[in-house]
Amino acid sequence: MSESSINNSNPVTLSAYIEGIGLIGPSFNDWPSSQPLLTGKQPYQPSKTVLPPPLLLPAAERRRSSDIIKLSLAIMVEAMNAAEVDAASLPSVFTLSNGDGYNCHAINAMLASDDRQISPTRFHNSVHNAAAGYCSIATGAMTPSSVLCAHDASFGAGLLEAMSQVNVDQTRCVLVATDTNYPEPMYSVRKIYDSLGIALVLAPEPSPQTLAKITLSITDAVADQLPDAALEAIRLSIPAARGLPLLAAIALGKPVSVVLDYLDDSRLALTVEPIERQPC
Amino acid sequence: MKPLLLSHFTVTSAIGCGVQQTLASMREQRSGLTPCNFDTVDLPTFIGGVSAVDTIQMPDRLADFDCRNNRLAQLGLEQDGFADAVKAAVAKYGASRIGVFMGTSTSGILQTELAYRRLDPVTGALPSDFVYDKTQNTFSVADFTRQYFGLKGPAVAISSACSSSAKVFGSARRMIETGLIDAAVVGGVDTLCLTTLYGFNSLGLLSTQACRPFDIGRDGISVGEAAAFALLERVPDNSASDAVLLLGIGESSDAYHMSSPHPEGLGARMAMEGALKMAGLEARDIDYINLHGTATQSNDAAESKAVNAVFGNKTPSSSTKGGTGHTLGAAGGVEAVISALALQHGLMPAGLNTRELDPALGVNYLLENREQKISRVLSNSFGFGGTNCSLVFGRAN
Repeated sequence: MSESSINNSNPVTLSAYIEGIGLIGPSFNDWPSSQPLLTGKQPYQPSKTVLPPPLLLPAAERRRSSDIIKLSLAIMVEAMNAAEVDAASLPSVFTLSNGDGYNCHAINAMLASDDRQISPTRFHNSVHNAAAGYCSIATGAMTPSSVLCAHDASFGAGLLEAMSQVNVDQTRCVLVATDTNYPEPMYSVRKIYDSLGIALVLAPEPSPQTLAKITLSITDAVADQLPDAALEAIRLSIPAARGLPLLAAIALGKPVSVVLDYLDDSRLALTVEPIERQPC
Repeated sequence: MKPLLLSHFTVTSAIGCGVQQTLASMREQRSGLTPCNFDTVDLPTFIGGVSAVDTIQMPDRLADFDCRNNRLAQLGLEQDGFADAVKAAVAKYGASRIGVFMGTSTSGILQTELAYRRLDPVTGALPSDFVYDKTQNTFSVADFTRQYFGLKGPAVAISSACSSSAKVFGSARRMIETGLIDAAVVGGVDTLCLTTLYGFNSLGLLSTQACRPFDIGRDGISVGEAAAFALLERVPDNSASDAVLLLGIGESSDAYHMSSPHPEGLGARMAMEGALKMAGLEARDIDYINLHGTATQSNDAAESKAVNAVFGNKTPSSSTKGGTGHTLGAAGGVEAVISALALQHGLMPAGLNTRELDPALGVNYLLENREQKISRVLSNSFGFGGTNCSLVFGRAN
């Protein structure tokens, strides 16, 4: 993170106003209580991610919901409540580097066995847009939903898509970036050891709910690391956590520049300008 | 929206490698569906396979990407001079000004299915030659496409089940309008795998015959595989009269059920209305509808209600899945190219395999090819999770 300007490889910039944040991950239970951990005001000691039950879902869907669905719904609702927006009105961008790893493992194990009769629930939970589908059922949102994957670049790809929607379609949207862990033997080839999710409500114009203005461009600068070793380990292990430096920058509450990891040959440069929330 | 030019496009599916074979199959009303003989699958169903995929060799530099899905991607992008067109676009715009937006539902999951048959009997470990990130991961086919062409712009896989490669047009349109990129390689690739065949079987959605969209006796889908690509650019001042433009995109969600469409087709209706609105068109301006038309009871019933609500029952319509099978995450891209061919060649393709139209559906469903000049086509793609996308394409003149 720096207060100096960044040399960008692509001159185009996109801006948006962040109105709400949702965060769940190792020792992160929500955005307000996570801020002092991200700024270093409180020591960070990682503990296993705790996912709240998906109370918004109808009973049948609640029974079928896996970790990635619980995580996505919880952070999305937190961000939308903070932004004071109607959940059913928001277009959404879901980005995840993997789907439900336990379900994937179970299907592959069954298909390699003598009994290949996988269950309907296993099958429909295997689609990459399962969490997006469950979330729209939970909130009643009939709005468009874009569901993305860019492997380790998934957070950056989702942020680019969400910022494009805000700028081109002049609409609010909610970005939901999540990852959950794989069991063995998949874990050995995809070492995501715990769940983490970041949700952002982004708007084209400032409002009384605005927390910060962000301006994005594509850069070849090196991605910022997190100063705390345990936090940095999470950033590197869980693709959705590539967005944590942005949240740390917002938590600082002063104007800063930050470079987020994206593809092998390009990163995302962001300037973050905090905006004092207006009293009601 | 500002229209975008499909400056080049190609499709490879069970009805042909490249547009010439595809067009010939459409003219001959030839289906590519055959009884399922894929791998060790023991299901009484039909598939739309692309046998040429077995002959594809990946270049050494991309060897880690080797899997059926990326082989089919390579087979597809080497048809119709598409690769040369992308190289020309790189020379024109620069590699960092071209984005990649690829739709897929199952990516290279077949590679993982096969690897699970070779787990270490003692440790349970995956075989050492299994490369997760370049094969199974959903991004794989977008990453492969980007690296095949040496592109440096933004890249993403869009994976919303069977709307995936229709939705790529929406994301590419937005990013071109931001000015971050000047052109986009968009498309969809999905290949046969056990997950989808046994998965659809578990839902009772696999036809025992070659699928029969909109037939009174329709009994489910035939799974197919395909690769479709298009190069999207801003419309130049002068384009050929038969140039194909993307005019509008409508996207919506059902918010209803994970694997059944909204029974009244409400989400589908919103997508079609949204596409017309973005194109600045009325329903009467559409000459032909390429239906999602999967041949499941519920899809065809819900889609016909939605089409009726927006268009009435006169607009010529058909599903081309009787020829190609349901190519899932590639279907939107395949049917975008078929829509482009329909516009360029004045050919509204017949829906194949359908013998007796379901009178309850009330759609002007074409059972024979109709040849006449047409100006605008709407193409529907809907998917699990209640995801809907409609595209409107038109001739430049």
